[in-house]
Amino acid sequence: MLLIYCPYCQVERSEMEFACRGEAHVVRPADPSKATDEEWVEFLYMRDNTKGVAAERWRHIHGCGRFFNAVRDTVSDKFLKIYKTGEPKPDLEALAKEAGK
Amino acid sequence: MKRYSFLELAKNAFSAHQNWGRQWRAPEPKAEYDVVIVGAGGHGLATAYYLAKEHGIRNVAVIEKGWLGGGNTGRNTTIVRSNYLWEESAGLYNHAIGLWQNLSQELNYNVMYSARGVMMLAHTVHDVQVAQRHIHANRLAGVQNEWLTPEEAKEYCPPLNISKNIRYPVMGAALQRVGGTARHDAVAWGYARGADNLGVDIIQNCAVTGIRRGQNGAVEGVETVKGFIKAKKVGVVAAGHTSVVMDMAGVRLPLESFPLQALVSEPVKPAFPCVVMSNTIHAYISQSDKGELVIGAGTDQFVSYSQAGGIHITNHTIDAICELFPHFRRMRMLRNWAGIVDTTPDRSPILSKTPVQGLYVNCGWGTGGFKATPGSGHVFAHTIAKDEPHPINAPFSIDRFRTGRLIDEAAAAAVAH
Repeated sequence: MLLIYCPYCQVERSEMEFACRGEAHVVRPADPSKATDEEWVEFLYMRDNTKGVAAERWRHIHGCGRFFNAVRDTVSDKFLKIYKTGEPKPDLEALAKEAGK
Repeated sequence: MKRYSFLELAKNAFSAHQNWGRQWRAPEPKAEYDVVIVGAGGHGLATAYYLAKEHGIRNVAVIEKGWLGGGNTGRNTTIVRSNYLWEESAGLYNHAIGLWQNLSQELNYNVMYSARGVMMLAHTVHDVQVAQRHIHANRLAGVQNEWLTPEEAKEYCPPLNISKNIRYPVMGAALQRVGGTARHDAVAWGYARGADNLGVDIIQNCAVTGIRRGQNGAVEGVETVKGFIKAKKVGVVAAGHTSVVMDMAGVRLPLESFPLQALVSEPVKPAFPCVVMSNTIHAYISQSDKGELVIGAGTDQFVSYSQAGGIHITNHTIDAICELFPHFRRMRMLRNWAGIVDTTPDRSPILSKTPVQGLYVNCGWGTGGFKATPGSGHVFAHTIAKDEPHPINAPFSIDRFRTGRLIDEAAAAAVAH
């Protein structure tokens, strides 16, 4: 079970309080009625499914209820960085290097 | 190939079973093959076997990073069933059921397919309605499935606790009698031996590091740790690592990989006659021929390649098992483990051509690929040989995510297998 830090509550809690909501920074088509089928497929279904360092969305569902983002190594399951929604996507390669990957 | 028979068994008994000989070769890769299959699990080996046997394509290599059958084929809970909801699924999984019936004879290898029945429990009014909807849909699609009252369920599976005073009392069950179990390793070994005998090279300890594409974009072969292997066609059957392998060819897939856990108890005398599943309270249990209780737990909620799931996931399953089968409460668990399963958004597999010419993919089996092993290999071999899908796997294309013709099996597949 993971221990996860909520950047809003500023506490570390067990995974039981959180829900993982998949890959982060997947951007919805800006003008949905103009989006092509391929853009919809990309937005709705296609995922990096990274083996290694990746950014994902979490929600502190049994706490503050808010969404935030986290960078995690999907091989060791270790969190490398946790940041609030709206903050830019961190440099994943730099974070991976820092973690000795 | 040395045919296995009772006579052979008796003969080898005289030499203390020391002289059975190798079941398959350990060849070095040739420079070129007609077809290279990436991944020597059950599905990959079955694909190679049917390519050689049904389509006469014998210049085939199966390339495996580890050892054959050492991924999810060796990690699953060995259940065979076909009671999915939609007709497309009925076609695919029933095709496999048909092949399971005769597989031991076909391969001359005892895969220990045992049609002991798969019983799926209903604990709420909603469960009852969903189960009966599944049963009606199944019967219309020619899939065997029937409804049992709690008393009938108890008669079929005596250890089941049907008392009314538990948190989720059993309100009935859907039983597929043709469902059951098979010996997972034997399936991989049987297909490996059969394929090898037909001339297929099975190359273990040979990780694929790249997929080479030519100027026109078509596949030219695979880069491996043992050097470049030229291939006219490449079929990727890499389960949890499919995204990683397909990324080498620049193909994106709608997959997420999660650890799925299972555990086994100490072996005991035969005490459990069938397979019991409960999607609502996440219990899932059978007894192997060795006597171990084989228990399947759920997946973790986040993408991971760690092959180790959270302990709370197995605890959750054990809680349910203890309530449904109180006399297992003092059983000791021997081992638990996880395999990495690749899940699709609609919980149905992808058996498909790809946008890259000469590249084919068989993936997305999620938490329940074992049951389909023979059928999957059979139709995927057809897809590769003919460069077009078999009618059975045509609906399971990558393109369904663009057209919207999804095959939503979340209810039948998402929790347990």
